[in-house]
Amino acid sequence: MNAITEHNALTEPGAAGFLHRFEGLRARLPGRDLPWLQSLREAGAASFREQGFPTRRVEAWKYTDLGPLKEAGFGEALTPVDSAIPLPRAAAPRRVVFIDGRFSPELSDPDAPVRSLARHLDEVEGLLGSVARHEGVPLAALNTALFEDGALIDLAPGEDGGVVELLSVVRADRPVALHPRHLVRLAPGAKLVLIERAWGHGESRYLHSPVLEFQVAADAHVTHARLQQEGPAGIHLSTVFATVAEKGTYDSFLLHAGARLARAEAYVTLAGAFSAAHLNGAQLVGDGQHADCTTFLDHAAPDCPSRQTVKTVLAGRSRGVFQGKIHVHQIAQRTDGYQMNQALLLSEQAEIDSKPQLEIYADDVKCSHGATVGALDETQLFYLRSRGIPEAEARSMLIEAFLLDAVETVENEVARAALSEAVSGWWQRMAA
Amino acid sequence: MLKIEGLRAEIEGKEILKGIDLEVPTGEIHAIMGPNGSGKSTLSYVLSGREGYEITGGSATFNGQDLLAMEPEERAATGLFLAFQYPVELPGVGNANFLRTALNAQRRAKGESELDAMQFLKLARERMRALSMPEDMLKRGVNVGFSGGEKKRNEVLQMALLKPSLAILDETDSGLDIDALKIVADGVNAMRGPDFSSLVITHYQRLLDYIVPDRVHVLMQGRIVQSGGPELAKQLEASGYASVEAA
Amino acid sequence: MPAVTETIDTVAAVTSGTYKYGFETEIEMEFAPKGLNEDIVRFISAKKNEPDWLLAWRLKAFAMWKTMEEPHWPAVSYPQIDYQDAYYYAAPVKKQGPRSLDEVDPELLRTYEKLGIPLKEQAILAGVEGAGESPAEGRMPIAVDAVFDSVSVATSYKERLGKEGIIFCSISEAVQEHPELVRQYLGSVVPQGDNFFAALNSAVFTDGSFVYIPKGVRCPMELSTYFRINAKSTGQFERTLIIADEGATVSYLEGCTAPMRDENQLHAAVVELVALDDASIKYSTVQNWYPGDENGVGGIYNFVTKRGACRGKRSKISWTQVETGSSITWKYPSCILQGDDSVGEFYSVAITNNRQQADTGTKMIHIGRNTRSTIVSKGISAGKGQNTYRGLVKILPKASGARNFTQCDSLLIGDQCGAHTVPYIENRCISAKVEHEATTSRIAEDQLFYCRQRGLSEEDAVGLIVNGFCREVLKELPMEFAVEAQKLLQISLEGSVG
Repeated sequence: MNAITEHNALTEPGAAGFLHRFEGLRARLPGRDLPWLQSLREAGAASFREQGFPTRRVEAWKYTDLGPLKEAGFGEALTPVDSAIPLPRAAAPRRVVFIDGRFSPELSDPDAPVRSLARHLDEVEGLLGSVARHEGVPLAALNTALFEDGALIDLAPGEDGGVVELLSVVRADRPVALHPRHLVRLAPGAKLVLIERAWGHGESRYLHSPVLEFQVAADAHVTHARLQQEGPAGIHLSTVFATVAEKGTYDSFLLHAGARLARAEAYVTLAGAFSAAHLNGAQLVGDGQHADCTTFLDHAAPDCPSRQTVKTVLAGRSRGVFQGKIHVHQIAQRTDGYQMNQALLLSEQAEIDSKPQLEIYADDVKCSHGATVGALDETQLFYLRSRGIPEAEARSMLIEAFLLDAVETVENEVARAALSEAVSGWWQRMAA
Repeated sequence: MLKIEGLRAEIEGKEILKGIDLEVPTGEIHAIMGPNGSGKSTLSYVLSGREGYEITGGSATFNGQDLLAMEPEERAATGLFLAFQYPVELPGVGNANFLRTALNAQRRAKGESELDAMQFLKLARERMRALSMPEDMLKRGVNVGFSGGEKKRNEVLQMALLKPSLAILDETDSGLDIDALKIVADGVNAMRGPDFSSLVITHYQRLLDYIVPDRVHVLMQGRIVQSGGPELAKQLEASGYASVEAA
Repeated sequence: MPAVTETIDTVAAVTSGTYKYGFETEIEMEFAPKGLNEDIVRFISAKKNEPDWLLAWRLKAFAMWKTMEEPHWPAVSYPQIDYQDAYYYAAPVKKQGPRSLDEVDPELLRTYEKLGIPLKEQAILAGVEGAGESPAEGRMPIAVDAVFDSVSVATSYKERLGKEGIIFCSISEAVQEHPELVRQYLGSVVPQGDNFFAALNSAVFTDGSFVYIPKGVRCPMELSTYFRINAKSTGQFERTLIIADEGATVSYLEGCTAPMRDENQLHAAVVELVALDDASIKYSTVQNWYPGDENGVGGIYNFVTKRGACRGKRSKISWTQVETGSSITWKYPSCILQGDDSVGEFYSVAITNNRQQADTGTKMIHIGRNTRSTIVSKGISAGKGQNTYRGLVKILPKASGARNFTQCDSLLIGDQCGAHTVPYIENRCISAKVEHEATTSRIAEDQLFYCRQRGLSEEDAVGLIVNGFCREVLKELPMEFAVEAQKLLQISLEGSVG
């Protein structure tokens, strides 16, 4: 275990508290003997100091208020004394487990191509931080300053990493703040299906703010299925950075199913010709929850297709946010971009805010987006009921059909099954 | 008269036309037949001035004027008309507006007075009746939502209105049923006369039962390999292009 | 109608693609001193012999403006504007107050004639006969209010409209003659502190048009205002207020031009529309301010706040705009759909060529039940132009049964320009239905070739295809304007191909 002494007191709230913590921890964080990492952490801290937590006056944060984060104080994670906390059933044959942000070798499958980042920092100079950026992304800057551990996945040319579950468990028995950093590098022709799962155990508020960096080389293919199943008082703020080289693919699906406040940001750059990205997702937002899916897709090379379908279902007093920006650079001729976001409102107290956005500087492009917002179709509901299906079940069927339509886009069976399982029955649990 | 001498053209560095020699005297209809990939469509696009083809040699003149030096619209104004194999859709552009704009542009180029809306409509309706076209085709967007047959009829209608002196029909028969084929053929035959000539490009002999050509040329691998009277088409139908290739 | 035919002829005569309305009228002008302070606000108010309440209203706006910041969120860029380096009042030297057309300075009448806007009523009537391709039934004449720099110089057909109880005059005149109406509605849709430019306008607005259509009256002719910026270093800050009382119907047209100058001039107008129960207002704009030259030198900054309130049940406000001019356009004609079953519409064509920038769109705020809105936006970018659609559809919890449909298409011509789409959808009502569609495309090579094969020049072909692209919007314009708008589109695109 990492030799971080217990630090039980809550720090002061807001950005100052996090900066204060950096000052206290900097000499003890992993990689303290690596000058390049020290300066990277310093740069992260300086950038966060300058930016602070975003306010709603920042255009990208118009619909998501970090008030609950700024007002509360968060403490350190404790070194786990016993690891006997119940884990969810594995979603894939091979699983690696992080408890409170730290790698847990005894719970992890040794055959999985995943290692602890903290123990291999000497290998990642020039890789760590090469895809992520700090400017305009204060949470990434904060993560660089404070990360302790995370997964390191580094696949050789042509290597097939198979299907791997990366489970991050948060013991939510006290208000902790976690900033894990995960690095994924695929050499040319490599393949990986990564099921990244955030799982909260306990009722306390906490902050789980991972940053993931993906470097996808030519002809490499990564499927990134994300299951956000944080605890009911958890705050989940994750940031994914991915860059994709020629003919590579970054194929992702985000499922927001937990947390009180969740925002997942993805910054994906199609950097090589004929590379592709799928940024699909579904948000299940129940009473008292706020979920936000925000993506920035940069078409920086010609002949790249991108696809995005995001579906949001809202129940109770809840709010869902979708923001998707597609930026097509002048060089990115023959871009084929498609974006669709659909929302289903199930309650009078729910709100959906949707902002699809196209920014186009190349002329030979085919880009379109669509958005629909509405309630369940009464005619469909009636049709089902007229065939003898009770109303609650009919509703549930229609809601699941709406959501599973998005999940169907995930090609890998294991990943699709994990996502489908989380989706099915959501409404019945909600309505119960 | 259309006169093509030693015409060579390539697309993206690949030579498609490898020295075409062809004369179509005014008043005659010539057919060009050939297998797929022989350069038939390229010939029609090169003559009408589509971009993307590089002329690497030879010449093409129409009534003594150098076609290859002209912009597509200038070629149109000299009387050259291309009936497209795949007529293009123009969403939002009304067919009537399109036809009138084209007609008036060509009339202007010839120094003739332009037609006002009433004159145009009268003319268009007359021609449409002759082609058994429903009048609502004038109101629809150009070729938008038209069936294959309707698109081809629309091409013939344009030809009837613009009255070209040289019509190039690029596989106008592809995808047409026999009734539509007859309408197209009737349209061309109605134009027939001492001042009209036509180059009918086709893969099959079928169309030539309705538009009987004065001469038939066989285009293979970018060259005219054989020429003859209408009987050549029948011969090809019976023995196939392979027989020509062997000869 | 000659107003239009003449304009078209003028426009059609263009061969080089230069701006046709770039001439300057030599006329004796009266200016307020340069710069902006409380004294200038007082000067303008005094010049117009305004009542105390209006001066107080202006001063309050000015106080607000001083505390506000220029907005920087639109996707446009321009050098810092020096608000002290402009004239806020410029008017042709003439005696005050309303007058008959015969008294208008002939130089001004010539100016408007040259612009294709005859102010003489008989000239307009003469156009009814022999109107070429027009349908057999007689055309409606158009009543025109002509605003020259800071003041309204003439309004035609006032008497005839007066017989129906319709008030159509300059807003300065309305302040004198109908203060109760002005006081009731001014600032009721766009409050003084609404935004930076609206606050500026509220402090220094000099003139504009005022329309009141009484209960149950269907306005018998198109009403129109023609805005002309002539003087150097002046801003134009007009204020238009249109009120359609219960069951009233009106269609209003707005046109604008300015001379070619190598300085940037500011046009910061405010337009407020109020529709009561069962009333309907159709507001059409063909905006052709000087766009600057191909290097982006000069041109009008068109920073305008336009908003309509559908206060009454079943009321309807429809905005149609064709934006071809200005170096920078920043405007979002909006509808507040307050009355149950009210309807808002926004149809827009915005074209940017050379170095023009446009950030335009709409806001549809659904408050009442069963309110419906439609947005159709067509953006065309050419040259180095940047074109942004920015729109908000907001559905409040009580707007049950609300519907919105948005169609937002961009066309790019060339690879140096940009097309951007930024829709905001905020829905808090379960029974509302919102649909948004957006596409981006360019003119396909085969479409161009097809047209050229039929004898059209490349520019004509582009014009034809662009007009086809804009059809859904152009068909919303009154017919005379639609023809003019088509020609304008073509001219705006000159030099963009080949």
